[in-house]
Amino acid sequence: MSWDWQVFFQDTGGGQTYFHWMMSAWGWTLLVSGCSLIVALSVGSLMGILRTTPVKAFVWIGNGWTELFRNIPLLVQIFLWYHVIPSLFKGLQQVPDFFAVVIALGFFTSARISEQVRAGIQALPKGQRYAGLAVGLTLPQTYRYVILPMAFRIVIPPLTSESMNIIKNSSVAFAVSISELTFFAMQSQEETSRGVEIYLAVTFLYFISAFAVNRVAAVIEKRARVPGMIGGGR
Amino acid sequence: MNLTFAFLDWSVISSFIVKGFIFSVQLTVVAMIGGIALGTMIALMRLSGKKWLVLPAAVYVNTLRSIPLVMVILWFFLLIPLLIGRPLGAELSAMVTFTVFEAAYYSEIMRAGIQSVPSGQVSAGYAVGMTYAQCMKLIVLPQAFRNMLPVLLTQTIILFQDTSLVYAVGAYDLLKGFEVAGKNFNRPVEMYLLAAITYFVICFSLSMLVRQLQKKIAIIR
Repeated sequence: MSWDWQVFFQDTGGGQTYFHWMMSAWGWTLLVSGCSLIVALSVGSLMGILRTTPVKAFVWIGNGWTELFRNIPLLVQIFLWYHVIPSLFKGLQQVPDFFAVVIALGFFTSARISEQVRAGIQALPKGQRYAGLAVGLTLPQTYRYVILPMAFRIVIPPLTSESMNIIKNSSVAFAVSISELTFFAMQSQEETSRGVEIYLAVTFLYFISAFAVNRVAAVIEKRARVPGMIGGGR
Repeated sequence: MNLTFAFLDWSVISSFIVKGFIFSVQLTVVAMIGGIALGTMIALMRLSGKKWLVLPAAVYVNTLRSIPLVMVILWFFLLIPLLIGRPLGAELSAMVTFTVFEAAYYSEIMRAGIQSVPSGQVSAGYAVGMTYAQCMKLIVLPQAFRNMLPVLLTQTIILFQDTSLVYAVGAYDLLKGFEVAGKNFNRPVEMYLLAAITYFVICFSLSMLVRQLQKKIAIIR
């Protein structure tokens, strides 16, 4: 077998080269991942926090949310948001495919993040919560000023790996024809029959995307260190 | 739109869905057994302390863990026919892919399990004249395996969910079964909903069982 990297300079038939298409597909991958990460972080943190409150109903909601979105395969969840929800609720039929994928991937990941956030909060000594309440802070204030600043620092490493997972998992969006990297790989492999070159390039792009997230998270972790803690700065 | 499940009877389920379910379970079991076996070997390589064993094992694990599973499925589907000279079929190809891919994840679990065994036990093994292989087989691995059993099973539940990704190469799995039935009766929405419920019931009950097991193991320890 011989290499043919020229394939990336071939025209796709739509007035652009495969290289251009791949770059735009990479953009879609990053956009889907980025938007899903925002959804996942906000919903996941909220659910994780709810699970640690003393209010039974909140705990129940948080637990239910986590179990629901953790026990259905991501691909099936994408089909749920893409096929099932729009046909059950008439008003949602105009929503673009992109949002279906972002919601699906975001909620799927939020279940995992909720686990991490809950574990992070529970890793703190109980005394911190009592101390906050004892000096007269309300429960929301205790969370805002005492618990969460520490808990979020604790969960930075697991959240980093979830952020890298989100980039990997965004590949499932191929199933609803979002033009991201995996979809590009499948389509152009069929059109050009240069699968190995194309898959190599796509795999490489996934690599550097995940690596970039890893580096950014390392910087955040360094900046957010608390003096006096294990692994903390000065 | 109104949901209707009137078309759904046992003949529909048995002709479309059971076939897919059986394949999903087969794929899960094959990849679990193969993946744990291969993964344990890779974990032992990484902990061997010999550079020529550590390096390939680390590359194997880190490479596979940084590529999306869908891409791995596509890679194998593309490469296996190039290597063996004939197409292998989506189902067999998926079995090879999942075994190789899951081995990377199982090996990380087994590595943590092996490291959780106090090193004094290995020294004790050497002291009574056991070889390295005997130490591993008779002392370390049984304990590592038992300590990590809940985590290994949780990974297997994730594996079962991930089998739905064989969609990418068109293998006939549980999800495909629901999809084909939905297309045949022009009821895709109901079938996708049922697929979600089915996966949820299976995965949720399994994870409850794992939680029970975890409690039991915690008491023994």
